[in-house]
Amino acid sequence: MNSSHLLIKARNLTKKFGNLTAVDHVDFEVFKNECVGFLGPNGAGKTTTVRMVYCFLPLTEGELSVANMNVSNQQRNIKKMIGVAPQEDNLDPDFTVLKNLLVYARYFDISKAEASARAKQLLSFFQLEEKQDVLITHLSTGMKRRLILARALINEPQLLLLDEPTAGLDPQNRHIVWDKIRSLKKRGVTIILTTHYMEEATALCDRTFIMDRGRIIENGPPAELIRKHVGEDVLEVNNNEKVIKLLTKEFSDADFEVFGERIHVFTKKPHGVFELFLKKFPRNNVSIRNANLEDVFLKLTGRRLRD
Amino acid sequence: MRTTDDSPVGFSFPKLTYRVWKVWRRNFDVFLKTIRVNFLPSLLEPILYLVALGLGLGGFIPPIDGMSYIQFIAPSLVSISMMYGSFFECTYGSFVRMYFQKTFDAIIATPVSVEEVIAGELLWGATRATINSSTALVVVAAFGLVSTPFFIFVPLLAFLGGLMFASIAMCFTAIAPNIDFFNYPSFLFLTPMFLLSGTFFPLSALPPAVQTFALLFLPLTHLVSVARGLIIGVFTTSLYLSVAWIAVVTFVFFIISLNLMKKRLIK
Repeated sequence: MNSSHLLIKARNLTKKFGNLTAVDHVDFEVFKNECVGFLGPNGAGKTTTVRMVYCFLPLTEGELSVANMNVSNQQRNIKKMIGVAPQEDNLDPDFTVLKNLLVYARYFDISKAEASARAKQLLSFFQLEEKQDVLITHLSTGMKRRLILARALINEPQLLLLDEPTAGLDPQNRHIVWDKIRSLKKRGVTIILTTHYMEEATALCDRTFIMDRGRIIENGPPAELIRKHVGEDVLEVNNNEKVIKLLTKEFSDADFEVFGERIHVFTKKPHGVFELFLKKFPRNNVSIRNANLEDVFLKLTGRRLRD
Repeated sequence: MRTTDDSPVGFSFPKLTYRVWKVWRRNFDVFLKTIRVNFLPSLLEPILYLVALGLGLGGFIPPIDGMSYIQFIAPSLVSISMMYGSFFECTYGSFVRMYFQKTFDAIIATPVSVEEVIAGELLWGATRATINSSTALVVVAAFGLVSTPFFIFVPLLAFLGGLMFASIAMCFTAIAPNIDFFNYPSFLFLTPMFLLSGTFFPLSALPPAVQTFALLFLPLTHLVSVARGLIIGVFTTSLYLSVAWIAVVTFVFFIISLNLMKKRLIK
């Protein structure tokens, strides 16, 4: 893609909070009409990165531009073209659903008539029309999340920032949200989302950036990352010494990781290993499945808890 | 390097636009929703004080500088409502919006800047002072205690005095680790002021050192003095000096509070 499609450009982007380096000299680009995902364990720097994009946090070092505007001195113009759906619920509890959208529209200098029209459309898009006169405190988690997304769209943004858009949602709500994100992308909105649901990144993102300890350690389309780091399939088997012995002896090209009770075997020829294991360890719960982004993620970032 | 839109990260004079009023308007909208509850205290409080202290206790007290006791305390009650109205709005009220509701965070993601959010809160605090004290003024007038036409300037004084207390309050909000923290300024700052600012007895009754202290450091002293002039026509301090004192303190704390809040909110 050429530079006319470039929407966000980060060079050496760094954010420190005291001694903690939350984002550590990161480079990335986002192109128009892409949906990119920032993946990473808790504390990896995803949210901090997104917050710098919408001018919520000043940079410690480096450069960051949105639509050719510098985040350090053109906050207003950048914020005008961005929609933000933050991780936490910061809807206005003093107002009803509809009033939340109308008050928010006012911050963007949207006229009253225009705001009402947009609010109506958005409430129907997110299936909230019936709740328009309800106070925020009476909404379910899923409804709140949908309203936060609706609010993020009130200024018809070119760029949508979604921080953990489906965290804590039930499957029904998650699928509604995914569906809406896809249809927004079709309309030409550029989307950045952070998530630690690998399924979500696979379902929605054209490209993903995997972050760990403030750095981007890998990036690319989900399918490509899976092929590159894991292969087609993953074999799982219960952990015991005999399995490990056999693996190291007979399948020297196979890569495996021990995750507590289970061993994950990554190999180019999984079916050969699978049949042999079935025969040799029939009681070890041998199974084979498609590799997914979670395998990539765990392989790159490890199993250790981060917080 | 933050030059165009927001002011620099360090101490600075704020760059404010008309967007300040959008934040003010948000608070005004909430106020309108709960208007009956909002008016009740500012209506009842002066009535209770005028009846209990003015009519009750006042019967045992000789006139002060030619004023009956109920006349003497009437402007104090109006001034106290300015102080409480704005101070509580910009401590408890602002803290709830900032810390629990994350309302500021939500607004900062729009073209409104941090400084405009805080300035909007301060102007709203000043507005609350104006609304509350105007209600109190109506009560005072109903008791027949307004004796000069200059009382029409009381709302103006209320807005300025309200902005002063709002700005001071916002400094406490900027450093408050939790909401219970506001007990300190309430008991250590507001209560002494409530009692010692020439409110319920003349300042001259206090030892000279305390008088000087009140004139130098207790903002309510000047507010009460000007209000007494505008409502009853008796000035205990120089009108111009008191107004100037209020204006300077307001300006200084306005700038300080915006900077402190910016420091708290932009990490």
